[in-house]
Amino acid sequence: MFCDVCKSKEPTVFLTQIVEGKMQKVNLCESCSKEKGVNDPTGFALADLLLGLGAAQEIEKNPVGVRCQVCGFSQTDFKKTGRLGCSSCYDAFAEGLSGMLKNMHRGNIHTGKVPEKLAAARLRKEELNLLQTSLDKAVIDERFEEAANLRDKIRRLESEDASERVNQGGEVASVGRMELFPAEETSPTKKPSQKP
Amino acid sequence: MKLSRIIANTGEWLSGSGPHDEIVVSSRVRLARNLKGKPFPGWAKKAERVMVLEEIRSAVEQLPEMKGSFSEKLEDLSPLEKQVLMERHLISREHAAKGVGSAVVMNTAQTLSFMINEEDHLRMQAIRAGLQLDEVFAMINQADSELEDSLEFAFHNELGYLTACPTNVGTGMRASAMLHLPGLVMSEQVNKIVNSVNKIGLAVRGLHGEGTEAMGNLFQVSNQTTLGESEAEIIGRLNKVICQILEHEQNARQILLQQRAETLLDQIGRAYGILCHAHSISTKEALNLLSFIKMGIDLGLFPSKSRLQVDELFIETQPAHLQKGLQVAKLVADERDSLRAALIRAKLKKMPEPEIGKIPTTGTTGSKTMTSSEES
Repeated sequence: MFCDVCKSKEPTVFLTQIVEGKMQKVNLCESCSKEKGVNDPTGFALADLLLGLGAAQEIEKNPVGVRCQVCGFSQTDFKKTGRLGCSSCYDAFAEGLSGMLKNMHRGNIHTGKVPEKLAAARLRKEELNLLQTSLDKAVIDERFEEAANLRDKIRRLESEDASERVNQGGEVASVGRMELFPAEETSPTKKPSQKP
Repeated sequence: MKLSRIIANTGEWLSGSGPHDEIVVSSRVRLARNLKGKPFPGWAKKAERVMVLEEIRSAVEQLPEMKGSFSEKLEDLSPLEKQVLMERHLISREHAAKGVGSAVVMNTAQTLSFMINEEDHLRMQAIRAGLQLDEVFAMINQADSELEDSLEFAFHNELGYLTACPTNVGTGMRASAMLHLPGLVMSEQVNKIVNSVNKIGLAVRGLHGEGTEAMGNLFQVSNQTTLGESEAEIIGRLNKVICQILEHEQNARQILLQQRAETLLDQIGRAYGILCHAHSISTKEALNLLSFIKMGIDLGLFPSKSRLQVDELFIETQPAHLQKGLQVAKLVADERDSLRAALIRAKLKKMPEPEIGKIPTTGTTGSKTMTSSEES
């Protein structure tokens, strides 16, 4: 038997992968396996072992060679350790993670405790979404007086949100949905916190 | 507070009492948290870990409930001390293996412990005797809320609390109860229970958690999933399942008493005999036999005032606990086995022989369903 790549040396690494239900077997010699980046076969198993079978494959759904921009953690690191490098990795590897999280948990949206500082902002966001829906509906139904009221409410809430974010040192959310009702005193490009 | 003074006392979770504490040894809830914008411990450089450690440690030490707490860096603890803490479930096996950049902070009652730079920046747990998951969750939840004032935890709008391992993301919560199930083991029903519990997204594990053997008929039941349900929902689900297991255990004991009383009494009597007269005994054998004595107490064969003594033996016979009072180098296994046997003999000397002649008709086993048919 010879290595599937160089076809000259004795294979020492036997890789079996199941891709979309089909089993694929690859036999590699030591130097070719290193070249292909599978020199650490235990790395493949560890993610599977820690995160459940099939986890390593889910990880591979991320674009090849993707790295966390913040901490430099790579997909290979993830596959090897079954752990992530930092909190930003959740965004960097989101594609592969979403399927995996769905498989291992009961849904993929957190419904539990929220830190108090964030809880207020979260509630406001939910209320904003509700108000926005009512506003859209009022506009369609041509109930303009009600719509104007809703618009004012939304502005008030958004200005609270923005000032809180400034306090927390985060970026201020830009307001992009006010164009419908350009009021006299504020131009649509102005941020709500600048409202008198 | 010095460690030696803390470990001289039995933890509250062992000596204290709680609902159903004959079968539910302890309830525990741990939360995993990480600081925003800092790499997780497994990926962080040593200097980064030390910085995180300092920040979290001072915040934890300032909590009102942690007044007079024990706080130590892992590198300043001896391997024996680490193992003692592990045997008491105050730190994890993984944490015991850590050195520079990790620390542990715990209160004197040993009900709250904070592991800094384990797999996550902070793993904090509350543990108490008996079935009281809601109470231990309230304890640790309060500590978490207080820490929020001084620490900013990594939190994602959709995914919740972010953790190094995706299996903990969301609530970051692992709630568990340690159950003593000799009845289900003896009647060979325990595998059935384990399998059905696993099917509904809860895990059953051995004495020291993941990948450990079930010794002394002790099993840990915990939630497997952390995302998609609130803390209260998870604990509610776990509570329900534990109550069911509890009932199964009580029924199993009742059925054993009715159908295989001789076998049951024989096992308890033999356990007593061996423990009273052995001169060398391994941890595993000791725990398995102590389990029968513990059940004997539940059934009224031994006076109930012996309960604490026997419960303490479950911990005191573990390898590191055996050696903690000794100022000698690490004992080899044979020496530990003799020491263990001597300790058990001394403690059981004060305990009267089991009243094997009298088959208990009442006791803690308040069985409701007695419908099982005679086995051939």
